[in-house]
Amino acid sequence: MNQPVAAGQTEIVIADPIAPGRRLFGHVLLAAATLLLVGTALLQVLDVAGIAPVGFLNWRPLLYAYLVWAVALGAWQVITRGYIGQRALFVLPAALFTLAVAIFPTLFGFYIASLDWNLSSAEGPHFNGFHNFVSMFHDAYYWNALLNMGFYLLAVIVEYAIAFGLALLLNAEIRARKFFRVSFLLPFMLSPVAVSWMIGKSLMEYRFGPAARLARDLGWHTPAFFAQPWTARIAIEAMDAWVSIPFIMILLLAGLQAMPKEVTEAAKVDGANGWQAFWRVTFPMMLPVSVTAVLIRVIFKLKLADIVINVTSGGPGGATDTVSSFIYRVYRDRSNVGYGTALAMFYLVLIIVFLTVLLRVTRHWTRSVND
Amino acid sequence: METRLSTGAALEIPPAEPGISIRHVIGRVLIYGALLLWTFICLFPIYWTVTTSFKSAVDVTQGHIIPFVDFMPNWKGWGSLGLSPDTIFEISTPRTEFLSRFANSVITSVGASLLAIVLGSLAAYGLSRFKYRFGFMRNDDILFFFISQLILPPVVLALPFLVLYKDLALLDTRIGLILLYTLTVLPIVVWIMRDQFNSIPIELDEAALVDGLSVWGAFIRIILPIALPGIVAAFILSLVLTWNEYFFAALLTGSDAKTLPVMVASQTGSQGINWWSMAALSAAAIAPLVLVGILLERYIVKGLSTGAVK
Repeated sequence: MNQPVAAGQTEIVIADPIAPGRRLFGHVLLAAATLLLVGTALLQVLDVAGIAPVGFLNWRPLLYAYLVWAVALGAWQVITRGYIGQRALFVLPAALFTLAVAIFPTLFGFYIASLDWNLSSAEGPHFNGFHNFVSMFHDAYYWNALLNMGFYLLAVIVEYAIAFGLALLLNAEIRARKFFRVSFLLPFMLSPVAVSWMIGKSLMEYRFGPAARLARDLGWHTPAFFAQPWTARIAIEAMDAWVSIPFIMILLLAGLQAMPKEVTEAAKVDGANGWQAFWRVTFPMMLPVSVTAVLIRVIFKLKLADIVINVTSGGPGGATDTVSSFIYRVYRDRSNVGYGTALAMFYLVLIIVFLTVLLRVTRHWTRSVND
Repeated sequence: METRLSTGAALEIPPAEPGISIRHVIGRVLIYGALLLWTFICLFPIYWTVTTSFKSAVDVTQGHIIPFVDFMPNWKGWGSLGLSPDTIFEISTPRTEFLSRFANSVITSVGASLLAIVLGSLAAYGLSRFKYRFGFMRNDDILFFFISQLILPPVVLALPFLVLYKDLALLDTRIGLILLYTLTVLPIVVWIMRDQFNSIPIELDEAALVDGLSVWGAFIRIILPIALPGIVAAFILSLVLTWNEYFFAALLTGSDAKTLPVMVASQTGSQGINWWSMAALSAAAIAPLVLVGILLERYIVKGLSTGAVK
C-alpha cells in the first residue's frame, strides 16, 4: 500500500506550447504579488516600530497579502508551465496552508521561547536568551510531568493488549457482531471533556458515584480515586484508555479480517492449540498492523491533556500532570507565554527524537521477526 | 491450498465428541461473557449520564440507577438547560448560551472538516498520480511532510497562536478555530484520501484524458465521484476529532467563539452536587456524536482502519 501506485504513469504528452508573451505575463504577475507581500510586511514592521506610522489596526493586511500571493503563485504555475503547472496546483494549496499554519508558527514559537513575556502585564516582551531553558532545567514540576508521560506511554502496552483481546472477540464467530462493534466504538466518539465529568467527576465521585459505591462494597473503605498519586494516575489512564481503546481495536480488527483464514486453520490442522496458533501465526502476522496502531496511539498519547485538565488539574501534587496540562496551567496561572512556549518547544524536540528512535527500533524489530 | 481446505472441512464434519462439545459450550460462554462485560463497560457511563439527567437530589445521593423502578424521572436537569417540555417555550438564558455554543461547535467542526477535505483530497490526488520534485523533496518526502504534522502536539502551537491571533485580530473567532482545526485533521485526511485514490485504477484517468478532459476535469468529473466513500469516511472522522477538541478552544476563545467542550468544562467546577444539570449538558454535548457513531459506524471504521492493512 505504501508503494506509490503508478505515480507518474499518466505521462500522456499533451502539446501545450506556451507563448513568450504569456510566460512574461505570468512572471510579472508573480513579481507584482511578491512585491505586494514584501511591501506590506515592510510597512507593517515600520508601523509597529513607529518609524512610519501608517496606522494599521492589526496584522491582517499581511495575512491578506499572503493570500493574494498564494493565489498569484498558483496562477503563475499554470500560466508559465501550462499542463505541468496544473498538476502543481493539486499540492500547492495544502503546502501553502501547512507552511502558514504549522511551520511558521512553530518557528515563531522558537522565537517566543527566548522572550520573557507576560501577556497580562502592560510591559511588552523582553529578550532573555536561554534564560527560559535554564529555569526549565530547575523546574521540578516539568520533569515530573515528563516522568508521568513515561507512565502514560507504558500504559499503551496495556491498552494494546486489551484492544487485541477485543478485536479477537469481535473476529470470532459471534452473533450480533454489529451491535457489539458499535457499542465498543462508542467511547471513541465522546469528547474527553464530557468523559471527564461523566466518569471522573460523577461515576468516580467519592460520596455518591457508583464506582465509589462498588469499591466500598468490594472492601476499599475510602475510595477517593484522586487523592493518592498512584490511584489518581491509574484512574486518569483508565479514562483515557476507555476513550482510545476502540481506535486500536478497530485497526487490529481490520488486520485480523484481512488475514487469510487458511493460515490459522492450517496451524490448527498441524496440531497447534488456540494459544499456540495465536503466538506462532496470528501475532507475528499482525505485527505490522500492531506497530502502526501502537505508533499512532503513542502520537496521540503524547498530546494527552483534556482529561487531566478537567478532572485533577494535574493533582495531587502534580502526580497526574502531563506536559500539555502542565504548560496549560503555566500559561493560565502565570500568563507567561515565553516560559510556556519554551517548555513546549523542548517537548517538541523530545518528541521528534523519541519518535525517530521508536520508528527505527520498530522497523528493525519487525524486520528481524518476520525474517 | 484446495486440498488443505477440504481436509480441514472434512475434519470438522464428524459429529463432535461429548468432551469437545462441553469445551465448545464453555468457550461460547466465555466469549459472550467477555463481550457483554465490555459492552457494559462501554455503555454504562453513557447510560449513567442520560439517566442522571432525569434525577433529583435524592436519587443522586441514594445512588438510584434504574428509572421507574428506583426513581421517578423528572425534567429538572433539562429544565435547568431550558430544554425540558415546560421551559422550551419560555425565554431561557442557559438555553441561549447552550445553543450558541452548539452552533459554534457545528460551524467550526463542519467548516474545518470541509476545508481539510478540500485541501487534503487535492494534495492526496496529486501525490497519488503525479511525480513532484520540489528541491530535494520527492513525492514520499512531501507525503511525509504532510503526515508528520500529526505529531505536533497542540501545546506547541497553542501559545504561538495566542500571540499571532492577538495580532491578527483572530482571537475568539470561529474562523481562527477553523484554521487550526483544519491543520489538526489535514494529515489524517491526506492519509485516508491517498489510500483511496491509490485504489482507483489509473486507467480511468488516462481514459478521461484521452476523451479530452483536462487534468482537473478528469479529477473532478471522473475520480472524485468514485472516491466518495473515502471522502465521507475522512469527513466523519474529522468531524469527530474537531467536535471534541478542547485544548485550542480553551486557550483561544473567550466568549464569542466558545465551543461546547469549553462550556462543559467551565460548568464542571461550579455545579457542586447539582448533577442533573451537568448530566443534561454532557448528554446534550455527546448526543450528536453518539448518533453519528450508531448510524455511520461503517464510515468511521473505514476511516480509522485505512492503512492498517497492507
